[in-house]
Amino acid sequence: MKGETGKIWTLHLAVIAALFAAQFLLPQYHATNLARIMVLAVYAMGYNIAFGYTGLLSLGHALFFAAGMYAMGLPIWQLEWLPVPALILGLVAGGVMAGAVGLLALRTAGVSFMIVTLMFAQAGYLTLLYLNTWTGGDEGFVVERAYRMIGGVDLAADTPRYLAALGLFSAGMLGCLWLVRSPFGRVMVAMRENEERSRMLGFNPFRVKLIALVISGLYAGVAGAAYGLLFGYVGATFATIQYSILPMLYVLMGGAGTVLGPFLGALAMFYLIDIASGFTDAWLFVVGAALVALILFAPKGILGTLRERGLKWLP
Amino acid sequence: MAALMEARGLHRHFGGLRAVDGVDFRLEQGEIHALIGPNGAGKTTFVSLLSGRLPVQSGSITLAGEDITRLPAHARVKKGVAYTFQITSVYPRLSVFDNVALAAQSAGARDLAPAVAAALARVNLTGLDREMAGNLSYGHQRLLEVAMGLALQPRVLILDEPTQGLAAGEIEGFKALVRSLVPQTTVLLIEHNMDVVMDLATRITVLNFGQVLATGTPAEIRANPAVQEAYLGGHDD
Ligand SMILES: Nc1ncnc2c1ncn2[C@@H]1O[C@H](COP(=O)(O)OP(=O)(O)OP(=O)(O)O)[C@@H](O)[C@H]1O
Ligand SMILES: [Mg+2]
Repeated sequence: MKGETGKIWTLHLAVIAALFAAQFLLPQYHATNLARIMVLAVYAMGYNIAFGYTGLLSLGHALFFAAGMYAMGLPIWQLEWLPVPALILGLVAGGVMAGAVGLLALRTAGVSFMIVTLMFAQAGYLTLLYLNTWTGGDEGFVVERAYRMIGGVDLAADTPRYLAALGLFSAGMLGCLWLVRSPFGRVMVAMRENEERSRMLGFNPFRVKLIALVISGLYAGVAGAAYGLLFGYVGATFATIQYSILPMLYVLMGGAGTVLGPFLGALAMFYLIDIASGFTDAWLFVVGAALVALILFAPKGILGTLRERGLKWLP
Repeated sequence: MAALMEARGLHRHFGGLRAVDGVDFRLEQGEIHALIGPNGAGKTTFVSLLSGRLPVQSGSITLAGEDITRLPAHARVKKGVAYTFQITSVYPRLSVFDNVALAAQSAGARDLAPAVAAALARVNLTGLDREMAGNLSYGHQRLLEVAMGLALQPRVLILDEPTQGLAAGEIEGFKALVRSLVPQTTVLLIEHNMDVVMDLATRITVLNFGQVLATGTPAEIRANPAVQEAYLGGHDD
């Protein structure tokens, strides 16, 4: 066990080091892509905490992502807040929204849970459109460059933006690693594997799932806030069903219930879409084909398959 | 003796089927109480009511004088009522260690490794902690199930046919284990193996068609004509 802990930390710290080095090695176009991918990976890590580890198949995570994004963007846009408190508000908004949705949706399970979360997210999206004088509606709004400065550092500039994305990603990944190796992480997995058995070990399923969903919402919220801040745009597209599906695809591709899977999945999917849309307008078809292939040949995703084939120690 | 757990007038019907039909029951502190009866007599249903897996339709349950009739199952576990499943219900895709650790952490163990090792040692599964639970033999999965019950450090341990699938040698070890639990832990044992029952039990309750047919010491139960008629098949050996 001791040896494994060493291996696990070495691997994850090496990934962070590699991503740090990548900014010097990659052309700027790809470095900016990678910054985006890292923020989206934080979102997917949050999704993975709910879905991959706790077994909560939500179709409403865009609501938490958008809650974070708008809770960051609106105070800046309307009230001239500074970015740091705005980011913190975004983080909190994701968690609060997930808690509120969870209190109601977690009374259901399985398909009903999917439908209820989807409905909440649609309601959130329509609310954004309906309140368009406040939210900018469909068009959204730009977060002005002047409001994207933290302590004299311009987050709109390439290097600070990359480093900010990497910082968030590292914190998210290490936090997730710690969580899933903690006693509570073990209980999350137990809920996923067999809720009835877990109840008979003294764990309250509702409470465990609610906590997991709130943590998941905090990840989604801070990712949404960071995405808006780093890339300077807040819009209602981020609240659409597409943004609920994306993290699910990332997680499925990278490996549900693995710490690095969401990042690998986001990376692979991002470039799959990027390359495919260079060749054809039917890039959605390519994505669909990739997913079918994945489900047929590696239903556990990239890392899930590796874990099965010998890397048993992968968290 | 004080009743640690007491049930009064418990009912649980499934449609027209009276699985548990007006059961009064006392579990004394520190005893090994066997619950026997033919297949379908309602034994599992009855202990499911005690553990909270199933809600009662009428009647009441107390634990050390406190009414727990409406308490959800997970809260009863926290109060010290542990149930080991008749149909083995370990987490097959988790390691043996994780299976037992879940129980130990639920009981509030600070240091999980020694708590897990202790529970595994008591059921003779030492050294298997890294195995996937699903890869264990059926008998070992039964023992793992028991280890999870032990790691909960319960006041009442309900064992639902724990010796099913155990080899003869393992049954001897199991009997010694159950004896070593009392009187700190009170054991309610559902068991079809009459040798085990007669050897271990301080008292026996016989269920038949959801009702209590008789309660008494092993000798009393053996001598009871109604029990022989319904269950022991008339021959006493
Ligand atoms: N969830 C359920 N729905 C409908 N009927 C049930 C249910 N659970 C149990 N029963 C029925 O209730 C009766 C009692 O079942 P129970 O499992 O309590 O018996 P048992 O004494 O534990 O039997 P065994 O010795 O075979 O384990 C049986 O006729 C069974 O078919
Ligand atoms: Mg039974």
